Amino acid sequence: MRPRLDVWFTEEHAPGLRFSMRVTHEIVRRRSEFQEIAVLETQEFGKVLILDGYLMVTEKDEFIYHEMIVHVPLAVHPDIRRVLVVGGGDGGAVRELARYDTIEEIDLVEIDPDVIDVSEAWLPQLSEKLRDPRVTIHFADGVRFMRQVQRPYDLIIIDSTDPFGPGEGLFTREFYGSCHAALTEDGILINQHESLFYEEYRAAMRRVHDRLSQLFPVARVYQAHIPTYPSGHWLFGFSSKRFDPLLDLDAEGWLSRGIRTNYYNPDLHRGAFALPNYIRRELEGGRRTRLK
Amino acid sequence: MSQLAQRRAPLFEGLRDYRAARIVRFDVPGHKSGRGTPELTEFLGQAALAADVNSSKPLDNLIHPTGIIREAEELAAAAFGAASALFMVGGTTSAVQAMIFSTLGPGDKIIMPRNVHRSAINALVLTGAIPVYVNPGIDAYLGIPLGMAVADVEAAIHLHPDAKAVLVNNPTYYGVAADLDSICRLAHRHGMLVLVDEAHGTHFYFGDDLPRPAMAVGADMAAVSMHKTGGSLTQSSILLLGSHTDAARVRQIVNLTQTTSASYLLMASLDIARKNLALHGRAIFRRSMAMADYARAEINRIPGYTAFARERTDGRAFYDFDRTKLSIHTRDIGLAGIEVYDLLRDEYDIQIEFGDLGNILAIISAGDRNLEIERLISALADIERCYRRSPAGMLEQEYVAPELVLPPRQAFFGRQETRPLRESLGQISAEFVMSYPPGIPIVAPGERITAQALETILYAQERGCYMTGTRDPELREIGIVVAQEVPDASPP
Repeated sequence: MRPRLDVWFTEEHAPGLRFSMRVTHEIVRRRSEFQEIAVLETQEFGKVLILDGYLMVTEKDEFIYHEMIVHVPLAVHPDIRRVLVVGGGDGGAVRELARYDTIEEIDLVEIDPDVIDVSEAWLPQLSEKLRDPRVTIHFADGVRFMRQVQRPYDLIIIDSTDPFGPGEGLFTREFYGSCHAALTEDGILINQHESLFYEEYRAAMRRVHDRLSQLFPVARVYQAHIPTYPSGHWLFGFSSKRFDPLLDLDAEGWLSRGIRTNYYNPDLHRGAFALPNYIRRELEGGRRTRLK
Repeated sequence: MSQLAQRRAPLFEGLRDYRAARIVRFDVPGHKSGRGTPELTEFLGQAALAADVNSSKPLDNLIHPTGIIREAEELAAAAFGAASALFMVGGTTSAVQAMIFSTLGPGDKIIMPRNVHRSAINALVLTGAIPVYVNPGIDAYLGIPLGMAVADVEAAIHLHPDAKAVLVNNPTYYGVAADLDSICRLAHRHGMLVLVDEAHGTHFYFGDDLPRPAMAVGADMAAVSMHKTGGSLTQSSILLLGSHTDAARVRQIVNLTQTTSASYLLMASLDIARKNLALHGRAIFRRSMAMADYARAEINRIPGYTAFARERTDGRAFYDFDRTKLSIHTRDIGLAGIEVYDLLRDEYDIQIEFGDLGNILAIISAGDRNLEIERLISALADIERCYRRSPAGMLEQEYVAPELVLPPRQAFFGRQETRPLRESLGQISAEFVMSYPPGIPIVAPGERITAQALETILYAQERGCYMTGTRDPELREIGIVVAQEVPDASPP
C-alpha cells in the first residue's frame, strides 16, 4: 500500500537525470571519520547502503555486481589462492570468494571501520562471510596498503566507490603501478570501470583503460547489467600479466565446482566481453603514451 | 592587541555590510555585481562579483587608508608582531620592491645572497642600487643553495662598510633558513638595515617549531606572501615594518607604483586569512608539519629519494629548516628534479611546486588531505619503479659565482646587441636568465657570462627546465652590453 508519508531517496545519474526509490524507513544514518553512511529500507530494492549520498549496493541487485567481479577471474585462473579486495567493506565480494574452497587467504583493505560495522549489523546478506577464518581485515588507506605489499597476490579486486571522491586514489596510475608490482607472474586485476553512457565519467574511464593497457599485456573490459547503477550498463576491467579472459576460460572446470550463481555462467562470461561499438570506439580512442 | 580582537575582520565585515545596504551603483567596476557579465558571473559566482567593488568612504582606500583597511592593517600588524603592516595587491614582488625603493638610492650598496628572487634584482635595475653578493653556501650532496652563513655576511660587511642594507631570504624556496637573529644584530651594529624576503615564511609567525620570523628578531622590513602558505588569494601580500621604520614614508613610496584600484577580493582575502591564522594557525601548521613528516618518512623508504629536513642543518648556511616544506632530492634515481616534476604532472595528474636539476618541492598546506599525500608518495614509488636510470653524467649543481661588471641598471638600460647564446661566453649580459620556478637568476644584468653559467643554462635547457628572462622566448639568443659601454676596470 502506498504510504501516506512519501519519502524518496534520489541520486543524480547525470546533470539532467535523477533516479529515485521510495524509502519505507531509515534504518541507520551515521557520520564516520570518512563519510556519511546510511542504510535505508526501500520498497523495490530492499535494504540499500548509501555512502555520502551515493548508492553503493542494494539487496536486490548486488548479486550481479559481486558475482561478476569474482567468478570471471576465477573461471580463467585455475589456481587462485591469495586474494586481495580493496574497498568492499560491505562484504559482498568476500562472500562470493569464500565459496571457493581452493582460496586460502582473503585480505580485505577498507579505510572505514564503520562501513564494516554497519554492514555486519544491518546487511547480513552481504557481510555473512566477513568472519570466515580465511579473511583478514585491514583498516588502511588502499593506496598506502598497496605500496607496502610484501607477498604477492594471485587476484586483486578493486571494489571502489566513485572516481571523484575519497576513492579517487584507486583510479590512478600510481595505484595501478603498485597493483602490478603486488601481483604474481600470472596474477589478475579486476577493477570497476563505471559506465561510459553518460558524459561525466567518459574521459576519466578512458584514461583508466589507457593506463591499464600500458601496464598489463592483457587489458580487457567486460560488462554487466545492474539496474540501480547509472545507465544500468556497468563495466569492469580485467587486466592480467598472462591469462586471456576468453582464450583461457575453463568453462568445464568452473562448472565442475558446482557453484550455484544467479547471474554468472560461462556462456554469459563470453558474451560479457562482447562490447557495444560506442564503447569499443571510446576505449580505442584514448590517449596512448609511451611507457619506458 | 588581544586575541579577542583577532576575531574581527573589519574589511570583510565592511564588505558584508555594504552588500546588505543594497547601494545602487553608478561607479566602477562596470559589471555592476556581475549583472553585466553573465558568463563571468556563472564561472566565478555571484558572491565574488558582488565583492568586486570600488573604493569609497565606507570601504576606505588602499592609497590612503583611514577606515576599515587601516583597521585591517592594524590587526595584521598585531598578528605578525610588527609595528605596522601594509596590504599589497601586486604580489610579494611589489613588497620586495617597496623594501628596496624605501631603503636605497642610485649607487647605494645592498648585501644580499645570490639566490634572491628576481624581484629583488629587478628593484636594483629600477633604483640603480648595486648588489654585493654573498655566496649563500651550497649543500654539496643536494646541490641546493643555502641561506648565507653569518661569517660570510660579516666578511661582506667588512669589505663594504658603506652598504645601506642586508637582504635575507627567510627561508629559501627549499625551506632553508639562515641565522636571521645573528645577522640582524650584526647588521644593526654596523648601521645597516635588515630587509627580509619572507615570501615562503608566512607560517613562521603562527606555528611552533619553525624558524624565527623577521619581526621577532627585530628586522626592519619583511615581505610576506600571505597567498603562498597563509591562505589568501594569489597576488595578495603583506609588507611588515619594524618600529624604527617610517610607515608613512613607506606608504608614499608604495603609492608610486601601486594601483589606485586595489582589488577588494584580494584585500578581503588578506583580512580573512589573517583572522584564520591568528585564531587557528598553530593547529593548521601542526597538521601540515605532521603530514610533511609522514610523507618524508614514507618517501625515504623508497630507494633513491632523499626527503630531507633538519638532519642536514649545520649551524652555518643551513642554519634551520622549515619542516612544512617537502623538498626531495631525486638525482640518485638518475632523474633531474624537473624530469620528476614533468612526469608527476603528465603521467600522474599531480602538480607540484617546482623541480630543479636535482630536487623537487611539494607545498603542504591547510588544504591538503591524506588521500592526496598517499597519491604523491605512491606516484614517486611508481616513477622510481618505471623510470629509474643511472645517475652517471648528471650535472653536480654548484654555486655559480657571479662576476658583476656593471650596475644592473646600467646594463639593462644601456646599449645592447644580441648574440647566439652559445657564442656569448665572456660577454656582459644585459638580461636575466633563470629557470622559473624557482625564479632565481643564473645570470643577471651586468654580469659576465661565465663558462660555468653557460654550462648550467645549456644543461637546464636540455633537461626541460622552463627558462625565462630573455627577450628571445627560446633563449637561443641573449642580449649583451655593447663593448664600448664596458669599462676596463671591474667591478664598479
